[in-house]
Amino acid sequence: MRSIMKSIFALVDCNNFYVSCERVFQPRLQDKPVVVLSNNDGCVVSRSQEAKQLGIGMGVAFFKVKDAAEKNGVVALSSNYTLYADMSRRVMETLCNFTPEIEVYSIDEAFLNLSGLSVNLTEYGRKIKDTVKQWTGIPVSIGIAETKTLAKIANRIAKRSSKAAGVFELTDQACIDETLAQTKVENVWGIGIKTCIKLKRAGINTALELRDVDVEWMRQRFGVTGVRTIYELRGNSCYELEEQPPSKKSIVVSRIFGRKVEAVEELKEAVSSYASRAGEKLREQGLVAGAMTVFMMTSRFVNKRKRYFNSHTICFTTATNYTLELIKYATKSVEQLYRKGFLFNKAGVILSELGPQNNVQGNFFDEIDRQKSKRLMQAVDTINARLPFTPLRWAAEGINQPWRTKFTKRSKRYTTRWDELLEVA
Amino acid sequence: MKTKVEIVYKPDRSTKRQQPIFEVKVPAGFPSPAGDYEEDKLDLNKHLIKNPAATFFVRVTGHSMVKAGIHDGDLLVVDRSIEPRDKNVVIAVVNGELTVKRIRIRKNKRLSLKLSLEAENENYQSQEINEEMEFEVWGVVTNVIHAL
Repeated sequence: MRSIMKSIFALVDCNNFYVSCERVFQPRLQDKPVVVLSNNDGCVVSRSQEAKQLGIGMGVAFFKVKDAAEKNGVVALSSNYTLYADMSRRVMETLCNFTPEIEVYSIDEAFLNLSGLSVNLTEYGRKIKDTVKQWTGIPVSIGIAETKTLAKIANRIAKRSSKAAGVFELTDQACIDETLAQTKVENVWGIGIKTCIKLKRAGINTALELRDVDVEWMRQRFGVTGVRTIYELRGNSCYELEEQPPSKKSIVVSRIFGRKVEAVEELKEAVSSYASRAGEKLREQGLVAGAMTVFMMTSRFVNKRKRYFNSHTICFTTATNYTLELIKYATKSVEQLYRKGFLFNKAGVILSELGPQNNVQGNFFDEIDRQKSKRLMQAVDTINARLPFTPLRWAAEGINQPWRTKFTKRSKRYTTRWDELLEVA
Repeated sequence: MKTKVEIVYKPDRSTKRQQPIFEVKVPAGFPSPAGDYEEDKLDLNKHLIKNPAATFFVRVTGHSMVKAGIHDGDLLVVDRSIEPRDKNVVIAVVNGELTVKRIRIRKNKRLSLKLSLEAENENYQSQEINEEMEFEVWGVVTNVIHAL
């Protein structure tokens, strides 16, 4: 029996997401080998199962496999990010019906917190999978476990095992042991290439061996991140929703507001401040982002008619880490997403398509002086890094930032709110 | 020419078309202190779209459904989350092609399901669905938007 206090996480991952989006609107592509290509039809960024079986690798330059692909009747499509972003939003919106707590982890992945639900988890996972398929047409795989790291591993099994058929629950201890023994360390969430090489040198090759290493040994070599991974593999949850081991796949800055936010100006301030923080994180790691997603949502605990979740993604023509540019587009996204009358409790910014900043492809039509903007950002970052508070902030972030403040002790707004009027018996 | 689905659109819910509605009550006893009873606004999106995550817009080409009030060029509101029932107008996938038809779901004597797609135009034949066909209901049509 599972203890009541244990957390339960599900990782929902869309199968071959871009290809699956295309197939919803072009059913004749079902069962055919299909690939989706990156900008300018450069590389293969999504492959159908049939294309994978033909040996077409992920990220491979398309011209290298073009002849073989044509011979085998592979359908190659250019990417349609607008469609994928909308379909992603639909999938996430559908998932919101199954739990109030969801973390959009990337365009095609979300963690759900299923703690405390008195249901058969495998059956519940199957219901989620079937509903997403029916409502949106997108097939998903779901891994369920007591920690996010284990849920990631469970998801791999859900995808690969024909017996699991898309849903795999990893909560039984014997099953966990067996699965971890079959999982290589490089496939553990948060284990990067460098860590992996060091671990293998120390004779640790499987997730099971990693789980059972001495915590102090791990702490000395890999710091607190390494220790957390071990705890997570042991079933002790260290990462709540919105927390993850450092990764360069995407940068997420999102917060639950101090109080419900109704005004579009406050949402703009909040999202600008998250975009600004995300820009700092990019520059700290020497990265630029090719795409930015802004999302906002109401609490999922309110009446169904008052719930709202939406996201908006834009792709930069020139990959950037320039805060003013991020803020400009983030506030535009807020204008797109905003719906009057909803009480928002959370918003966030996700930067994706990350790459090194020294390797940016220039754009002939670029209107921004990249050298100048780079010097400006360096100056701001240097000043802010020297002082304990943040002396330089962008005006768009607002001054008072009421959305940041907690008002838990405030009394009711008796005279200005219909729903807070004085009650007399 | 058979009626087929031309393009599938996604509803863009970023724009809103709102019409104010004024409710004027008949004064009984006391005169009304103010005339402008602006009550609420009608949002066509809310009226037409019950489940935004699962709702898509579809454009029609052809005339096979004219008797159901679905004409060439009309816009259909399609909800994928609704379970199709007998006589629903649906978007179906038959052998990889999308089509709009009225679905008939009947049980024969041995209680196995018999499916067919019916057109709403005498010039078109209905189509029995057999096991050799690839068949799937893509979504249920909830509304047709027809410009006059």
